[in-house]
Amino acid sequence: MLTVEGLRSRYGRIEVLHGIDLHVDSGEIVTVVGANGAGKTTLLRCLSGVQPVSGGSITFRGEVLTPVPAYKRLRRGLAQSPEGRQIFTNLTVEENLRLGAFLFSDDRVDRDMEDAFQMFPILKEKRNLAAGGLSGGQQQMLAMARALMGRPSCLLLDEPSMGLAPIIVQQIFDVVKGLKALNVTVLLVEQNAFGALKIADRGYVMETGHITMEGTAAELIADPRIREAYLGI
Amino acid sequence: MSELMQFLLSGATVGAVYALVALGFTIIYNASDVVNFAQGEFVMLGGMTTVFAHAAGLPLPLAALVAVVATSALGVALNKLAIEPARGAPVVSLIIITIGASIFIRGAAQLVFDKQIHRFPAFTGDDPLHILGATILPQSLWVIGGALVVFVALWLFFTRTLTGRAVLATSNNRLAAQLVGINTNWVMTLSFALSAGIGALAGVLVTPITMTSYDVGIALALKGFAAAMLGGMGNPKGALVGGILLGLLESLTAGYLSSTYKDAAAFIVILGVLFFMPQGLFGRKSTDRV
Repeated sequence: MLTVEGLRSRYGRIEVLHGIDLHVDSGEIVTVVGANGAGKTTLLRCLSGVQPVSGGSITFRGEVLTPVPAYKRLRRGLAQSPEGRQIFTNLTVEENLRLGAFLFSDDRVDRDMEDAFQMFPILKEKRNLAAGGLSGGQQQMLAMARALMGRPSCLLLDEPSMGLAPIIVQQIFDVVKGLKALNVTVLLVEQNAFGALKIADRGYVMETGHITMEGTAAELIADPRIREAYLGI
Repeated sequence: MSELMQFLLSGATVGAVYALVALGFTIIYNASDVVNFAQGEFVMLGGMTTVFAHAAGLPLPLAALVAVVATSALGVALNKLAIEPARGAPVVSLIIITIGASIFIRGAAQLVFDKQIHRFPAFTGDDPLHILGATILPQSLWVIGGALVVFVALWLFFTRTLTGRAVLATSNNRLAAQLVGINTNWVMTLSFALSAGIGALAGVLVTPITMTSYDVGIALALKGFAAAMLGGMGNPKGALVGGILLGLLESLTAGYLSSTYKDAAAFIVILGVLFFMPQGLFGRKSTDRV
């Protein structure tokens, strides 16, 4: 479904992605794990089009995505729940969700919003409040729900567990796991390697702009190097 | 009593013009955080273009329409040629670009039109109406009515339409707006077109009362800015209330103190707002939580 080949990207003169190869098949949950500063967020920013690519290619459902501007990528079915949540803080929870479905104005928008409220009941309670007043966990839920309102076939998730209490992290990972049933393919970028690998089918390990290991989630969890470097076991 | 009434009526008229200029500020500010100091030039172009189109033989309503459409197009050009190429620059640089643009537009207007003072006939005659012992020109009612209609239309646009909310979303978080599929460049273009059109409409409405020339824009931009600051930058309701209040304040200052101090009123308001309530009357407090 999503294929990345030899992807390079730079900030000014400093190259931070040195040729990334990865692929995500339809229906999979794939995770990219790695330490802070490995280039995981840059990778996702390239995929959603808000970061310029300096080499290589991104192919999504048979189409080369590189020349497609960021605002058109959701129309192709690729949604992103970005790093730092990036919700519309001045707008209400409900307005945030409605804008998630900016591309649509049919009856399904209301149904999707009900589904989102079922997925995260706390959002329904706070639907008329300014999103900037939500707690970190609630903002993360809103960011994910907003991305799903765009009816993606593939969802890019950037560090959904960052800065959250373990019980909230668990709740969010459960929802990510449940996306399979909704036919949403997931590319999950995480520092919380253990949590991410537990729900993923396959994983990649990223270090300083390179993919250094790949395999099924079970293989990676069992690998002694991974256990030492990322799982702290 | 009738004296006070007279000051209030003329204050409301001038205030309605300031409100229209402030509404123009609000739209562009909402979409981009930029305070567009060329806003006053849009008002000037609205009046001047109508004058010259009317003199060339077009009926007045058609001349006014031409002026509003042409000024909107100029607003789009300003965004495409001056603001968009500088995207990524700090907001202060963009504001300085708009100041440069206003000087350029003023200079160009001097060449394309002329340096004379012009007016065209009022829409519905010049016979004053009598209200509670004071008089008001019918054209003043057009100005006040125009400001109210534009305000209601904008309020509906921002709160009731998805496109309006897309503008608010773009100003709040440009990155996220792109991720939900909003073409943020198009939102900017739309904002400049709307803003310029509203400015031009203000020029069309007020010219029969105040007359116009190539250099009326700068004072209007400053007064409109003061009005927008007073009401709370970025809030349409604030722009309307701020504009009317500033107009009343000016008119009362001119009436009871001296007309010499009329212009000082606006600047004292700016200073007062900056010192004592930087959010303005209706400015939204930031609710960000990290």
